[in-house]
Amino acid sequence: MQSTTLSRRDVLKGSTALAIGTVFAEPVKAAPPPAEAVTPALVEAAKKEGKCVFYTAMDLQFAEKLGKDFEARYPGINVRVERSGAERVFTRIGQEYSSNVRAVDVVNTSDQSHCIAWKKSGWLAQYLPEEVVKNYDAAYFDAEGFEVVTRVLVSPFGINTDLVKMADAPKSFADLLDPKWAGKMVKAHPAYSGTIMNSTFQVARELGWEYFEKLAKQRVMQVQSATDTPKKLALGERAIMIDGAGYLVIRDKEVGKPVDVIYPAEGTPIATSPSVVFKAAPNPNAARLFFSWMHGREGQQILIDYARQYSAHKQAVEKPGVKKLGEFKLMKEDPEGVERDAELIKQKYAQIFKV
Amino acid sequence: MTVTASDQPVRITHGFDFTKLVLYGFALALCLLIVLPMSWLVYYGFVDKSGAFTLQNFITLANDPTLREPFVTTFILAFSTSLICCAVAAPMGWLVARTDMPFRRTVRLMVTASFVTPPFLGAIAWELLAAPNSGLLNKVYRMMTGAESDAVLFNIYSFPGLIFVIACYTFPYVFVLVANALDRTPGELEDASSILGGGTWVTARRITIPLALPALLAGALVAFLQAMTLFGSPAILALPAGFHTMTTKIWSLFQYPPKPELAAAASLPLLILTIMLLRAEHMILGRRSYAVLGGKNSAPRLIVLGRLRWLALAFCFIVLLNPVFLPYGALLNASFSKVASQFVSFSNFTFHNIYFVFFELSATRLALYNTFVLGIATATIGTIVAVVISYLTTREAVTGHKALGFLATAPVAIPGIVLGVGLFLSYTRPPFVLYGTLWILLLAFLTLAMPAAYQQMQSAFKAIHPELEDASRILGATRLRALREITAPLLRTSVIATWCFVFVGTIRELSAAIMLFTSETKVISVLIFDLNESGDLAAISVLGIIMLIVTSCIVALANRLRSGGGNVRLRDN
Repeated sequence: MQSTTLSRRDVLKGSTALAIGTVFAEPVKAAPPPAEAVTPALVEAAKKEGKCVFYTAMDLQFAEKLGKDFEARYPGINVRVERSGAERVFTRIGQEYSSNVRAVDVVNTSDQSHCIAWKKSGWLAQYLPEEVVKNYDAAYFDAEGFEVVTRVLVSPFGINTDLVKMADAPKSFADLLDPKWAGKMVKAHPAYSGTIMNSTFQVARELGWEYFEKLAKQRVMQVQSATDTPKKLALGERAIMIDGAGYLVIRDKEVGKPVDVIYPAEGTPIATSPSVVFKAAPNPNAARLFFSWMHGREGQQILIDYARQYSAHKQAVEKPGVKKLGEFKLMKEDPEGVERDAELIKQKYAQIFKV
Repeated sequence: MTVTASDQPVRITHGFDFTKLVLYGFALALCLLIVLPMSWLVYYGFVDKSGAFTLQNFITLANDPTLREPFVTTFILAFSTSLICCAVAAPMGWLVARTDMPFRRTVRLMVTASFVTPPFLGAIAWELLAAPNSGLLNKVYRMMTGAESDAVLFNIYSFPGLIFVIACYTFPYVFVLVANALDRTPGELEDASSILGGGTWVTARRITIPLALPALLAGALVAFLQAMTLFGSPAILALPAGFHTMTTKIWSLFQYPPKPELAAAASLPLLILTIMLLRAEHMILGRRSYAVLGGKNSAPRLIVLGRLRWLALAFCFIVLLNPVFLPYGALLNASFSKVASQFVSFSNFTFHNIYFVFFELSATRLALYNTFVLGIATATIGTIVAVVISYLTTREAVTGHKALGFLATAPVAIPGIVLGVGLFLSYTRPPFVLYGTLWILLLAFLTLAMPAAYQQMQSAFKAIHPELEDASRILGATRLRALREITAPLLRTSVIATWCFVFVGTIRELSAAIMLFTSETKVISVLIFDLNESGDLAAISVLGIIMLIVTSCIVALANRLRSGGGNVRLRDN
């Protein structure tokens, strides 16, 4: 799976195909919905609604750019971005739905296990845009139309090259335990971020919880969001980012900030980030139009060019500068395992890191 | 009043006295406002998931170290903060009230500025200033001393750092109490001491300090309370440092999977401790009345400091650097800098942050709208309620007025986060499903604002002699008409001032809002908190500056309108 000859998408398939397969291995399957094109009627209805409420875990600047570009493409439809960590978004939607507040239209989460829970609750709409059926391998969308993979995230290390030279930088999770890095590292939180929930699950599975116990002795700075660790790195607040949104480090590097990415030897944690449309969406048409556009060529190209993330869209053009997924070792994703263990992970993490 | 009744029996039957009705109406509303959430809180604290009675929640609380440690941390935090506040605020209060130090008015004004600065905003500004590596102050230190790149002068992400930042925004409470007490100390007592041969220091030791001591102790308790119940600053500074306080722990218990029973159980000790401390404060301040015995007092004599007065001013300036000048500077810098932790220069000056907040950040408009709607609604309703209750209690218009006064002051004992938990538990279930609406936030803000609004209006009413109203009533007006045509015009400035302070208190509220907001009902303070979690410091700085500008304008307005009234205590934020 980690052969360097594989293309980005082949590896994507390898790492997530199983995931989606198992996520939706339900005894009784709903009938697959027909692929739906963006019709003038849909656009009209969406414009009548005039807005779309988008809950997401993606970096704020990127999410707002998606929203603004969509608004430019379909004037008259306002996208309101509600950004927080995926685990927070999950809590929020849970609280809102249990109080009969139906505010959310479209969600993009960075923790695939959330889709399992939402589907079990019967909250998701079935919707397959034609764009997705035509241009995505079957591995990247749910055949029943409950979810589509919007982007794939990896959580590598990052370093601030002003504070640590590449040659001296830690190359593996084991290296991070070196006392010389004590007080120099920043880490995000699994009770906030979906990416970190997944990476914590994967690292604990590969290296054991003892690893985190040792890591916790290194006086790690604990922030919340996976999008905050790259920012702390770029500010020079800490020399090493243990986990977080690799794409932001790459973006910062490309605009000349003194940062770089390191893919750890034991494997880089990966988190598939799917999107869903909610059944009780207050703006069902705008939701579908935005969902379709975001997974179409335009939205996905912004994802690659602006946000420097991995897309599953076959027509999207790669932009050099981001290491292909096949070129470094990945850890294996297991959303079912995350769904099963999420509470335990949060609990253990809080015990070990005290917050 | 009986005279009125017997003189004009026709009038009385004609003009029904609504006061009783109003009293009961308000009493009921206040009860609902306070008693309902607190009952749910207690109920949840004592039941398990199936609803059976249990003490298990408290046993868990005592046995789980991740739940127990925050209690200890919070206690040490509150105690240290209180000590520091007293050590700083007492001399400052004395300098401003009793010496000829220059710029005394300006110093008072600057203390007011730190008073109305939202503590969470101060905490974020201090991240910009004193984060160990990227903080501006640490950078300056390294630049000036040529120290190593990992040399650190200040580390704000630490327990002392948190204590420092909380003290920055808590010391005004002590300052105000001490300065007011010293303002009111009659000069004759000190003169008497001097005449009898006491020197300056003997007078200070035997007269001034003992008279101000109760205020200082009360200030210490209030500071303790503030530090204990604050949510924003610990969430911003303690979590990165790897520890929890009570409030952040209670909040984290609401993350998925939510544990409302544990949150309720953890809230109760906080509530009980608050009530005890307030009782203590009341007892201490209650004894103060002996200080102002004896008719008309002359203004206290100012102590001549001589050359020391510039030293004194320098001391005040250095103190005020921390809550006001440095943080405001850091926020302003970050608003216009491409990198929040770099000083603005030609190469990294930008308007992008401002553009982003107003034209790209889609949450801004809704949050601003919600904040202002809630601010205006809370201020308006809160002021009206406060006026009515103050009238009923100061004029002792009806039996039971004392209970009403008590109910209006009671929320002072409810920390914001505890009220948030209580309201969440009360209004996410039938018959009142208010979660997800602005109403639940309005209830929270009203409850929190009530004590301060009531205290202010009550003292305003006390200043107006009832004979003016009596005259009106003798001439045949009903109570409500007398209130409308006689009292209301006399109260206008106090009413506007109260309105302004409730408004300011509301738009900066975070700890209750954080428990109660939904995506549709987000307010600016919650938006700022969200942005801090994802590290978007530039956007925070812009929003923070807007908040500070709005707040300053309103406070300035209120201060212009108030003619020499006492200082106001913003509380529970």
